[in-house]
Amino acid sequence: MAELINLTINGQAIQAEKGALLIEVARQNGIEIPAFCYYPGLTLQAACRMCLVEVEKTPKLQVGCTLPVADGMVVHTESDTVRQSRKGMIEFLLTNHPLDCPVCDKGGECELQDMTFRYGAGESRFTERKQHVDEQQWSPVVFFDAPRCILCYRCVRVCNEGIGVGALGVANRGVVSEIVPNRHDYLECDECGACIDICPVGALTSGSYRYQTRPWEMNHVGTICTHCGDGCRTTLGVRDDKIMRGNNRDSSGINGDFLCVKGRYAFDFVEHPERLQSPMWRNAQGEFEPISWSKAFATIAETFTSVKARGGKFGIIGSNHTTNEENYFLQKFARQGLGTKNIDHHRTGDLGTFFDALSGKNDALATAGDLYAAKAVLVVGADLAQQHPFLSYQARANFRHHNAHIYAVTSGPVREDNQAVASIRVAAGGELGGVESLRDKLKAEGDLVIVFGDAIQGDGVRKLVAFGDSLGIPVKYVCLVDYSNSRGAFDMGLIPRDGGMSVQQMLAAKDLDVLWVVGANPLKNATLGSSNAFVVVQDLFMTETAKHANLVLPAASAYEKNGTVTNVCGEVQKLKQAVKVMGTKTDLEIMGSIAKEMKLNLGIWLPDKVFAEIRKTVHGYDVPLPVVDTGGAAPTMPLNGRVPALPGAIQSAGDTLFTSGSMSRYSKILNAVIESPGGLYGGKGR
Amino acid sequence: MMTFSPQLEQKFAKMLTAYPEGKKRSAVVPMLIYAQDEVGSITPELIDEVARRCEVTPLQVDEVVGYYSMLHRKPMGKFHVQVCTNISCLLVGGMELYEHACKKLGISHKQVTADGQISLEEVECMGACSWAPAVEINYDFHHHVTPEKLDQLIDGLRKAQ
Repeated sequence: MAELINLTINGQAIQAEKGALLIEVARQNGIEIPAFCYYPGLTLQAACRMCLVEVEKTPKLQVGCTLPVADGMVVHTESDTVRQSRKGMIEFLLTNHPLDCPVCDKGGECELQDMTFRYGAGESRFTERKQHVDEQQWSPVVFFDAPRCILCYRCVRVCNEGIGVGALGVANRGVVSEIVPNRHDYLECDECGACIDICPVGALTSGSYRYQTRPWEMNHVGTICTHCGDGCRTTLGVRDDKIMRGNNRDSSGINGDFLCVKGRYAFDFVEHPERLQSPMWRNAQGEFEPISWSKAFATIAETFTSVKARGGKFGIIGSNHTTNEENYFLQKFARQGLGTKNIDHHRTGDLGTFFDALSGKNDALATAGDLYAAKAVLVVGADLAQQHPFLSYQARANFRHHNAHIYAVTSGPVREDNQAVASIRVAAGGELGGVESLRDKLKAEGDLVIVFGDAIQGDGVRKLVAFGDSLGIPVKYVCLVDYSNSRGAFDMGLIPRDGGMSVQQMLAAKDLDVLWVVGANPLKNATLGSSNAFVVVQDLFMTETAKHANLVLPAASAYEKNGTVTNVCGEVQKLKQAVKVMGTKTDLEIMGSIAKEMKLNLGIWLPDKVFAEIRKTVHGYDVPLPVVDTGGAAPTMPLNGRVPALPGAIQSAGDTLFTSGSMSRYSKILNAVIESPGGLYGGKGR
Repeated sequence: MMTFSPQLEQKFAKMLTAYPEGKKRSAVVPMLIYAQDEVGSITPELIDEVARRCEVTPLQVDEVVGYYSMLHRKPMGKFHVQVCTNISCLLVGGMELYEHACKKLGISHKQVTADGQISLEEVECMGACSWAPAVEINYDFHHHVTPEKLDQLIDGLRKAQ
């Protein structure tokens, strides 16, 4: 613990760590020092001069955001001089500001508005003509309105430091200074929108949100992003049953205010015109024809019951995006209701071998928090910035804030190279050799988090864990999996245990009687071997697999349902329904209804009830309910002794920052943004 | 990829080792100035090249170019006449001197004569306050300059062409 010192702020005696910044110490003690340019976690700028405070025995006002506290310091933050100076600063910031608040996106949640309201002057002494620059569009998602900008440089710093791209800069100086994009008049970047989010005024605005609504007209629903597996919380602004925007300004969730392009913008698939909104079956002419839900359930129940009765063969493929409750219910349906072991999902990382290799170890699963806190991070065979942007952000923040040592062993250049103490390039398949070459360096580290992709699987996982054991330091691991609930799908048992068939075996089999696909697209690049199988597909869209179906059921997406999901690091978080799409049902309701129609007793199909059952029966999921219910992330420990090897191939879908399986095809924003980091960082580095 | 004269290349090589490990970006300003003298102006290719050598993004070099007034994106004349109009020079006729130069050359701030020989710039303090008003032509300082003395200097430049 650092040395404590005593100081006085506004007559209040305060103890603080020596060297802490005055602005932080004040905030922690409930005293607000206003600031625009200061932003926790970013480098100090001291550009806006809003945080000037009076410190006794110093002749001039001091900058609160860069001033370390010292013993005996006496600070006044609300003296007449300070008020006068703030008033002057606001007047100054507004000299060229257009004051177009009535139409500005930021109106109502603007830091400049709030500060003008609290500290500002009612009138301006400036009578000069305001400098005007026309607004510019820098990318499909980023617009810039220079006159509104107060030059706090938050956007420049968050892009440089937080995201590690550095696509924004400041041109010129003095009154003609302005923020500029890296390609003269457009942006080549991650399109993550962090710059828009962090902008305290309405200078940077979002292509999909601008001029659409006023902030106070929306309800805000905190849920978990449904794209990659990192489990970022995205707070969806909803108006009239339409998602207007995604952000995480309240820093709830594991990701603070971080979101990538998918979490911030790629919710638009929800209202894509091709969303399925009615059950459909294939009529006598072989064409899809809408039918009622009751007819659909009756048909499915009848088929399932008769196939089960005659001992036919079921194949069931679950999803990487559906909730834990749905996955649990599906495997229960399969094993108890239909009596089949043939259940699987698209496995994108070798969790089976991973858990097996870790059996008997405690505390070996790293969380996103560990990536920020560990002394060293080793990335093996994965391009984190492309596939797991939040994990990449965490490692980068660890490097910036704690000088953590980053190591990368990949087959191509990755963004981690910029922070790495050692980057090893290996031919695909040679990752373990690369890891071995780092042995001496890693041994000297205090503790280590190893993050590995699908390049390491089977025996490779065992060897990697054995390598970690041999280092003699505490080592934690993250086995990367692609999607929002890939981890949950595995943990809930969507796997072909005890001799069940894998996805590949189901597709190849010639004698399958029923193929039931819940939210997956296995036939995207494959054909179905059984020509007589009755195919039931639950999905959002008419995917390649749905086109093969006898019966298609319109499912609700993650933004339209409640439940829980487990992120890549094994933390359970709660989904919260934001909108409803007419005609759809959640997969849980669909499965429950089929079970009811079949007169199977699989329990109540309400998310909370199923979750209660999961907590009782799934190893490691006995998580504290208050944590999950209040929107927290509860770590699970699904290490359960030896896990037998599972049949079937494991392969990451190789999604980039701008793709997300089938879903990204239906997101206009993702299709519109230029795929630029490839150009910046030499392409995919898996 | 851009290359410079052997002398300049040598200078740059030395420059890049002059700063602590990992601080190559410190060489951005001197590299830009010396390269500008040889290339004639700061071209987009030059920005990319300096960025590459100093291991920063082109945008970061661009920021520096936009910030410093002595870095020019367009070529200046063979003789670059810089007249100070900051406070010390202003008090003893710096502004008059600058206006005189404008009239004499028929050009104003950051412009170049039609023959491309002489350019003019109104500059901020050059640190020659003790000898104000001061004029700098390329890298040569001229002290206590009067309009008459400036005429002689400019006429001298014309002859030197």
